[in-house]
Amino acid sequence: MSPADTLRFATRAALGYPLRTALMVLAMSIGVAAVVVLTALGDGARRYVINEFSALGTNLIIVLPGRTATGGLGLGNLITSTPRDLTVRDAEALLRAPLVTRIAPLSVGNSEIAYGGRLREAMAVGTSADYLAIRDFHMAQGQFLPREDLGRASAVAVLGATLRDELFGAEAAVGRMIRVGDRRLRVIGVLQKSGQALGMNTDELVFVPVATAQAMFNTNTLFRVIIEARSRDALTPAKRQLEDIMRGRREGELDVTLITQDAVLGTFDRILGALTLGVAGIAAISLAVAGILVMNVMLVAVTQRTGEIGLLKALGATGSNIRLAFLTEAALLSLAGAFTGLGLGHLGAWGLRLAFPILPAWPPDWAVFAGLGTALSTGILFGVMPARRAARLDPVQALAKR
Amino acid sequence: MAQIELDGIERIFTLGDSQVHALHAVSVSIEAGEYVAVMGPSGSGKSTMLNLLGLLDHPNAGTYRLEGRDVTTLSPDEQAEVRRSRIGFVFQSFHLVPRLTAAENIALPLMLAGVNLAERAKRVARALKDFGLESRAGHRPDELSGGQRQRVAIARATIMRPAMILADEPTGNLDRATGQDVTALLEELNASGVTLIVVTHDPVMGSRARRQLLMEDGALVQDLNVARQAAPA
Repeated sequence: MSPADTLRFATRAALGYPLRTALMVLAMSIGVAAVVVLTALGDGARRYVINEFSALGTNLIIVLPGRTATGGLGLGNLITSTPRDLTVRDAEALLRAPLVTRIAPLSVGNSEIAYGGRLREAMAVGTSADYLAIRDFHMAQGQFLPREDLGRASAVAVLGATLRDELFGAEAAVGRMIRVGDRRLRVIGVLQKSGQALGMNTDELVFVPVATAQAMFNTNTLFRVIIEARSRDALTPAKRQLEDIMRGRREGELDVTLITQDAVLGTFDRILGALTLGVAGIAAISLAVAGILVMNVMLVAVTQRTGEIGLLKALGATGSNIRLAFLTEAALLSLAGAFTGLGLGHLGAWGLRLAFPILPAWPPDWAVFAGLGTALSTGILFGVMPARRAARLDPVQALAKR
Repeated sequence: MAQIELDGIERIFTLGDSQVHALHAVSVSIEAGEYVAVMGPSGSGKSTMLNLLGLLDHPNAGTYRLEGRDVTTLSPDEQAEVRRSRIGFVFQSFHLVPRLTAAENIALPLMLAGVNLAERAKRVARALKDFGLESRAGHRPDELSGGQRQRVAIARATIMRPAMILADEPTGNLDRATGQDVTALLEELNASGVTLIVVTHDPVMGSRARRQLLMEDGALVQDLNVARQAAPA
């Protein structure tokens, strides 16, 4: 019996019982569709988070004051246990690290911003000229903060796009004087719309020189220092250099925390990857159930077609002919189910993307292959037992059964 | 050398604790081209005998030589090969595959033997013509009359040009007229040289055979060769 004949025979057999075949395919396809949709959801969430972080740039190191660490008795913590301020001078010193290309100190606070008769609450961000390049922002009008000594409190401000619209409406903003907190500042530029990043809407921020912000908020310490390393590979050595510099400035004690973008990203990546795998596993259970269903259906088929099997044996079919025919039938059922499921799954994922546009709910390639593979292998695996039973039937008894 | 030689065949079925001697010390030889009826009451072992002859069943003791070859010791796959090429079966209940058309049912043995599609189509077309089934080729068994079904079954049994045809009550499910047609068809095949062995408890059908084997309680009680006597008109 040629493979083509086996395939044809099995196809005819599967199509010979349309209701049974349809139900089987449905069960299998639900399993595969569940895997596809759930992994699309999980992976979509993962990609969403990663995109949010990537918006910050991928070769960044963030320095924040204070450190959560268990340290021994040192000169530093003998005198005081409170972390020292992270100052503008520290930020300048960090720029001396060879693998660092840019730094941007950050001093952040809420304040009032007013122009004409309009007043609103806005977050003021004190930073430096390099922040524009580090965050990959673009100017709509004017220019960003001037390149100057970080200690100089120039009376200038740069507005986010939304803030500009709300304060100035149709009027030109650049060159006007606004009030931020208790200071009068000149607007020197407006940023292009860039949207949400890490839950903070950049379009609603006002940027001022860091010294101006510190004076406004009456503080010496910085909120963060954002540092750009030369490349992604340079992150780890750059981090070490930065730690050395900070230690040198703190009598050997490291009282700042350095976070690389990579570490944060990696953690989220791992958590959400595990989550995706978890939901895929849950969905895979339905595939196992579908596999058992294949077995049940094929066992019924063997019982139903006992007479036919006896006849085939009488006509000279060998055991392996019959085994192969039934196995092929089981494989065909699983295959049809798997591909229907794949279609349904992609339809579901498309629906998800339609319903939640911010979620890039594309099923990952591995999940598609894993779903198809599991469907096929469970179908065939659970098809083996019925096929063997069919092949072993005693022809005399099989023929007697009608 | 006879085509079929059975020597001291024993077949014992175990049903629970008791043993049933389905065949007991059966020895018989049948020449190529013979027309043999195996007769006897229900339970006399005639069907078991036919199953043994068709290699569907194995004797507990004794030897079965088919065309000089001891077939009882063959492996299952070798026996399948012998069934495929040398033996044609005709059953009382036809045993057609319900989802296949008449032509496809006839082609089944060719498919199992791995004959290519073109050759298959040619031989099936000839068989359909020979058995007057041309107009029914594309019909499924449930669209055929009993007589047509049995003709499809006989066409299937002969498509591999076997050496013998084993028929188990071939007219049992047919009315009298159709039964006679089918009998005539089988006899025609026999006349062309194929050994025909028919199991029946219909004495009319049995009496048409040139040789009658009468069985009772698993034993061969009478071997009547009508051909040597004066043939009835």
